[in-house]
Amino acid sequence: MKTTKSNNEDWDLVLESGRADKHYWKDLWRYRELFYILSWRDIKVRYKQTVLGAAWSIIRPLLTTIIFTIVFSKIAKLDNPGNAPYALMVFAGMLPWQFFSNALSESSNSLIGNANLITKVYFPRLIIPASSVITSLVDFAISFLILIVMMFWYHYIPSWHIVFLPVFIILAFLCAFGVGLYLTAVNVKYRDFRYIIPFIIQFGLYITPVGFSSSVIGEKWKSLYALNPMVGIIDGFRWCILGNPMNWNSFIFSVLVILVFLIIGVTYFRKMEKSFADNI
Amino acid sequence: MSKIIEVRGLSKSYIINHEGKESYTALRDVIAHKTKKIFSFSNWKSTENTKEEFWALKDIDFDIEQGDRVGIIGRNGAGKSTLLKILSRITEPTKGNIKIKGRVASLLEVGTGFHPELSGRENIFLNGAILGMSRAEIKTHFDAIVDFAEVEKFLDTPVKRYSSGMYVRLAFAVAAHLEPEILIVDEVLAVGDAQFQKKCLGKMEDVSKNEGRTVLFVSHNMGAIQRLCNNVIVMNKGVIGFQGEVTSGFNYYDSLIRDHKLTNNSSGFALKIDLNVKGQLNPKFLHSDDDIEFIIDIESPNDYTENFINVCIDNSVGDRVIHLRNDFEHFPIDIKKGKNQFKISIAKNLLAPSIYYYWCRVVIGNQQFIIDSDLISLEVKGEVISGLIAHKSTWEIA
Repeated sequence: MKTTKSNNEDWDLVLESGRADKHYWKDLWRYRELFYILSWRDIKVRYKQTVLGAAWSIIRPLLTTIIFTIVFSKIAKLDNPGNAPYALMVFAGMLPWQFFSNALSESSNSLIGNANLITKVYFPRLIIPASSVITSLVDFAISFLILIVMMFWYHYIPSWHIVFLPVFIILAFLCAFGVGLYLTAVNVKYRDFRYIIPFIIQFGLYITPVGFSSSVIGEKWKSLYALNPMVGIIDGFRWCILGNPMNWNSFIFSVLVILVFLIIGVTYFRKMEKSFADNI
Repeated sequence: MSKIIEVRGLSKSYIINHEGKESYTALRDVIAHKTKKIFSFSNWKSTENTKEEFWALKDIDFDIEQGDRVGIIGRNGAGKSTLLKILSRITEPTKGNIKIKGRVASLLEVGTGFHPELSGRENIFLNGAILGMSRAEIKTHFDAIVDFAEVEKFLDTPVKRYSSGMYVRLAFAVAAHLEPEILIVDEVLAVGDAQFQKKCLGKMEDVSKNEGRTVLFVSHNMGAIQRLCNNVIVMNKGVIGFQGEVTSGFNYYDSLIRDHKLTNNSSGFALKIDLNVKGQLNPKFLHSDDDIEFIIDIESPNDYTENFINVCIDNSVGDRVIHLRNDFEHFPIDIKKGKNQFKISIAKNLLAPSIYYYWCRVVIGNQQFIIDSDLISLEVKGEVISGLIAHKSTWEIA
C-alpha cells in the first residue's frame, strides 16, 4: 500500500487488520447511551420475568446468613473480633460476596448471551459485560436494605466509617469486572468453560471469609490469604459497617491484586474482542 | 462527487476445522489433544486437527462515491455477507484496509436486540440505541416510527404478544429512521407480507434517492436492486466479478447462475439441474400459473441401483416450501453407465409470487452430490396476493 500517513487523516475511519484502535475509548464514550439502555434492559427484564426476581435477592442472602451463623458461630464456635452480633458480621460479608459472585457469573456469560448483538452490530464489546455487572449492583442494593432492617432488629448503630463504603463497593465492582472480562472472553473461545465457572465461585466461597472473620486465619497465612482480593473487600465492608478492626497491609495487597486482575482482564478482552464475531 | 469508501486489497480468511463436529472449540478437546500429543509420540501426527484456511474474500478493491446506491449481488457464499460484516466493523479484515468517511449504520437483520418481554415503546428505544441512534434522535423520530409501523394501539404491549407481521413492521420502522451518511443493508426486505415489502422498498427509495445517502444494499431481489440502485457489485467466490452499471451487472450475474453444472472429475460423475418452464430452460422468472419441471441430468461412469434424488424449494426466509423426493413417490432411481435424465414436474399454482431458492441432492451409491450448493434463485411473478401459497378458488351462489 502506498497511501501515506497524512492521507489517512482525511478519513473518519480506517479498518485494518490488527490496527490498534485509537478510537476505542472515544467510541466507548460515544456509545454510553447503549450502555445505559442495555443495563436498563437487563434490570427491567430480570425483575419483569420473575415475580421472585426481587424476592430472590432477599431470600438467598438471608437464608445463607442464617445457616452460616449457625454453622460457624454455634457449631464451630469461631471468634467474632468485633462487638456486632455474629449474624450481622456474616451478613456484612455476605453482601459483597453475593455481589461479586452474581456479577462474575452474569458477566462471564454475558457475551454468549448477547451473541445476536455481537454478530449483527458494531459497538465496543466492553459494554456488554459492564452492563451485566450493573445488574448485579441492583441486587446488591436490595440486599443492602435487609442489612438496614437487620440493624434495626439488633439495635445496632453503624460506625462513622460507613461513609467509606462506596470505595469498597467500587473495588468489589472492579474486581468482579476484571475477572468477568477475562472469563467471558475465554467463554467465547472455549464454550465448555462456563461449566467451570460455578465451581470457581463455589470454591471462592470456601477461601473467602464470608461465614467467619479473616482474623481467625493464622498470622503465618495472612499474606497468602490476602492474595484473594475479596478478603480485603470483605474486611473493608466489616470495617465500614461494623467498625471491626482492619488489616491495612493486606488490604493494600488486595487492591494491587484487583488492579492486576483488571489490567489482565481488559488486555485479554481487547485482544480477543476482534474475533468475537467470528468465534461466537 | 467525492470518494466516501475506499477498499484496498481486502481479504478475509476463516479457519475451517475439519475434525471437530462442533462449530466451536471446547476446552475439553484442546486439553484432550494436548495430552494425547504428550503421551503418543509415535503417531502424534494423526491426532493433529485437519485445519483448512478458507478465504471468504480475496484481495478486493473498490471505491464508492458519495450518494452512490450500490447493490451487491452474488450467489450464497460469494462473500457478500462477509464484506458487509467487515464494513460494519463487526469483524476485522485479515489483510488490506478500508477507509470510510462519515457515520456508518448497518442493518444486517431486522429487529436486532428486540426483547420479547419489553413493550413496543421500550423496544424502539432499545433497538434504536443498538443501531446507533441517540436518545434525542429516537425521540424526534418516535411518532414517525410508530406511524410507519402502524402499532399505536399496541405500544405498551410486550412484543412477544405481537403478530409476526407487527413485529417486523416495528423493527423495520426503527431502522428506516436511521440517519447515517452511509447505510449498509443486508437482505432485510425479504420479510413481511407483499404489501409491507412494497412500503419498505418505497421507504428505502426515499432514504437513498431523495435524501442523497450512500447505500450499500445486498439482495437477491433483482427488482428491488433495479429500483433502488444506480450501481452494482457482483461477487463471485470471494472476488469482485463485476462493478458498474446495473443492467450489465445483471447480465454478468445471469451468466454466473445459469450454469448449474457440477462435474466431479475424480469420480467421473457430471450432474446438472435445469428448470423447464414452457419449453424455456432456466427463465429469469416465471408466473404462478406456469407448469414447472425440473430436469436432472446425470452422467455416470457405472451402473447404480437404488439411488436417491431430492429437490428442495425454500423461500427467502429459509423455510422449506416444497420438498420433492423420489422415495415419497415410490419412484426408483436406477442410473446406467453414461447419460441419464430424470424429469420431475409439480403442479402449477403452488408458488405464490416471491423469491425462492432451489437445490438438489443426489445420492449415488455411497456418494452424495449437492447440485449447486450455492442456492439457485427462482423468481415467481403473478398477482400480488397474500398467503404463503398461490391459490385459486371457485365461488358460487348456493
